[in-house]
Amino acid sequence: MRIVEAESGALLAAVTSLLQDKGLVSPAEIRERIAFTETASPALGARLVAKAWREPAFHALALRDGTAAAEAIGAFMRGAPPLGVLENRPGLHHVVVCTLCSCYPRTVLGYPPFWFKSSAYRARTVRDPRGVLAEWGTTIPDDTTIRVVDSTADYRWMVLPLRPAGTDDWSEDDLAALVHEGDMIGVTVPKAA
Amino acid sequence: MSFAPGTRVRVADRWPEAEGPAHIRTPHYVRGRIGTVVAPLGAFPNPEDIAFARPAPAKALYHVEFSPRDLWADAGGDAIVIEIYEHWLEAA
Repeated sequence: MRIVEAESGALLAAVTSLLQDKGLVSPAEIRERIAFTETASPALGARLVAKAWREPAFHALALRDGTAAAEAIGAFMRGAPPLGVLENRPGLHHVVVCTLCSCYPRTVLGYPPFWFKSSAYRARTVRDPRGVLAEWGTTIPDDTTIRVVDSTADYRWMVLPLRPAGTDDWSEDDLAALVHEGDMIGVTVPKAA
Repeated sequence: MSFAPGTRVRVADRWPEAEGPAHIRTPHYVRGRIGTVVAPLGAFPNPEDIAFARPAPAKALYHVEFSPRDLWADAGGDAIVIEIYEHWLEAA
């Protein structure tokens, strides 16, 4: 039998017990990693964004060392690929895609949405980002540069969106509540309406 | 060899997939194309070796920016930035 034909539960049990027998990973470490993977969600990324909007020192840290910024807001980064934070500015908008597979900043956004893994999103975003964004109802001004970030290797990327106007005196919690998954991928933008 | 930000680089027009099993993180659509180094991103064990459980020496990784219209005649965006390993790059 080829390994791809194995029943997945039995295969998982066999690999897990081999890893344990060889002393490569303990059951406690596996449980810990599953727990952190399950609890990571876009709320963590939204917290990072809100804090970066409010605190200049944290903003600078996020752009310089996204991994350290993520750890500072409680994300579990040990063993994870480094996190890069892409700052949107007036005149510059980022959108993230992984054309090769589905690389995604799971430590701060949780599991990728189904469409992020679709062939259509992956193929079209590099080639026609404005067309893809339009389907989300997102219109980026013609004079704004759209920079597509194809996540192909050892980094994971999230977008730091533009802070909506009229939110100058908002608390971190209120700002975090404005920020959604798509805003940190770059297919949508946060609105204070 | 290392590439400073702003250096024009050409991606190798190399197709290891055509010769046998391979795990390559350089997208097809930039092979043989010219871009500009944005920033070095550090060094990582070569995924082309990791995938086959071979010893994986660290390779420098760069963020490289391309003009979409250099890649596709009907491209719609303004810039595409991709992580590319140094052994896929040469000064253009």
